[in-house]
Amino acid sequence: MKLVKVIIRPEKLSDVLKALYQADVKGLTVSRVQGHGGERESVETYRGTSVKMGLTQKIMIDIGVSEEFVDATVKAVIAAAQTGGVGDGKIFVFPVEAIYRIRTGEKDQAAVTPVVS
Amino acid sequence: MTNTTRLGGIRRAVASALGLTARLGVPVLLLLLVAPELVAAQEEAMISSGDTAWMLMSTGLVLFMTAGLAFFYGGLVPSKNVLNTMMMSFIAFGFAGVLWAVVGYSLAFGSGGAFVGDFSMAFLSGVGSQPNGTIPDMLFMAFQGTFAIITAALISGAVVGRMKFGSYVTFISLWGLLIYAPVCHWVWGGGWLSEFGALDFAGGAVVHVNAGAAALAAALVLGTRADYGRRAMLPHNVPFVLLGAGILWFGWMGFNGGSALAADELAALGVVNTMLAPAATLVAWALLDLMFAKQITAVGAATGIVVGLVAVTPAAGFVSPMASIAIGAIAAFPSYFLIRWRVSTRLDDSLDVFAAHGVGGASGAILTGVFASVGAEGLLLGNPGQVWIQAVSILAVFAYSAIGSVIILKVIQAVAGLRPTEALELRGMDVISHGEEGYATGDGAILILDEELNGGSAASAA
Repeated sequence: MKLVKVIIRPEKLSDVLKALYQADVKGLTVSRVQGHGGERESVETYRGTSVKMGLTQKIMIDIGVSEEFVDATVKAVIAAAQTGGVGDGKIFVFPVEAIYRIRTGEKDQAAVTPVVS
Repeated sequence: MTNTTRLGGIRRAVASALGLTARLGVPVLLLLLVAPELVAAQEEAMISSGDTAWMLMSTGLVLFMTAGLAFFYGGLVPSKNVLNTMMMSFIAFGFAGVLWAVVGYSLAFGSGGAFVGDFSMAFLSGVGSQPNGTIPDMLFMAFQGTFAIITAALISGAVVGRMKFGSYVTFISLWGLLIYAPVCHWVWGGGWLSEFGALDFAGGAVVHVNAGAAALAAALVLGTRADYGRRAMLPHNVPFVLLGAGILWFGWMGFNGGSALAADELAALGVVNTMLAPAATLVAWALLDLMFAKQITAVGAATGIVVGLVAVTPAAGFVSPMASIAIGAIAAFPSYFLIRWRVSTRLDDSLDVFAAHGVGGASGAILTGVFASVGAEGLLLGNPGQVWIQAVSILAVFAYSAIGSVIILKVIQAVAGLRPTEALELRGMDVISHGEEGYATGDGAILILDEELNGGSAASAA
């Protein structure tokens, strides 16, 4: 099992979600975050006070997947979130020691297999 | 305004006589003292403190509507576009307001011809404290100016989130002079529609059909927003929408009540009808919502109120209170169904300006022709011709405004472009057009010192 942690531009969220659903990746958590990835800082001015916005709004998505879904997940995200400009984001893939589904107590592979409805 | 239309001739003559007095000064005054019939004319044109007090208040009320509109529109857009959307209304205070004084007022209310006024009152020449009716002439100018401001701002709902700000400002500035001022002249400035007998108490055609047609034209020329049909545009702040609708309703008391141009029974009728018609629209809208959306929605309630206000605008001083309830209720239907249908089309009139104002204004204008009973006779009093006159006035205003707006927009498009690049549009208009955020947290914001700004460092390059 792996935890795929994805950081993307906010305006790409709908596209990424759609691509993930199409790749049958259905369990995920989305957070609004701020970060910095080397993109040019925008300048904002409020009544004469100019500030460099050192942090940019980003979206972070955490996805727990089984081994065979890692590639599909990464490919879907890259295809959907890429604009070619600095600041498109990152994907981190972590090994995971264990995953539990709270509702049933199922573990690991069974815990990340979507319920067939 | 109907007063101006009906008594326009007398008032203009009196005003020009008094204007002459002001210019020639004492000798003419002496002449007036020895000429009793002229003194009688002067007494007739006295400024009334009651009328003036109400019109001072009404001017403030209508001015406040544009701020209400900013909240109404601002709440309906995503948070990344909230400042841009609200600024589209606020900037109209500046550009539409100044241009109105410079030349717009003269083009609308100068004597001119059937189609447009003239330049006789450009730069407010001759617009002083002399009576215009029973209020100071300059107060009439300011009251009318607040209408020019909000009409320009109304259009912005069709283009939110996807128009270059400079191009927008250019558009509403030119629109105010080339479209609004002539149409205002047609109906209220002694132009051909007033001669024709069109009833428009406070601007069903002049303000709402006019702005609605321009909005439809602008939505078509600009095209859909970048992610139209792929991503739903949800309101980011529904409390703002309700606040805006409330402010609009409050301000509309001056819009319709003030259009009597006096603190008289006509103003009272206008205010009563402005209270009742939107109430009826709200009830009808809530029932329609219950039928089609299964619940009574807050955004629906705010929209219903605005549609009711728009619909009663042309009727306010011509119909009885019970008729205004009927007008409000009936007007809910076309706008409600058009909004439901519009969402499924490729027409990105983002905040439904055409459905609410264009169609709401047209419904109101037609229904004025049906229900008119005060100072005019409509269909129900055996005058079907009035409905025909109303229809012609709507079509004329719609056609002129839509075609004129397309031409103005195409010229701006050729010179400066209308839309930012797709990538910038998706980031949000607040940051790219204004360099500000509506809800900045300030986290990670680094203060830029003066020398850094002037030194042409990375900051100014950005």
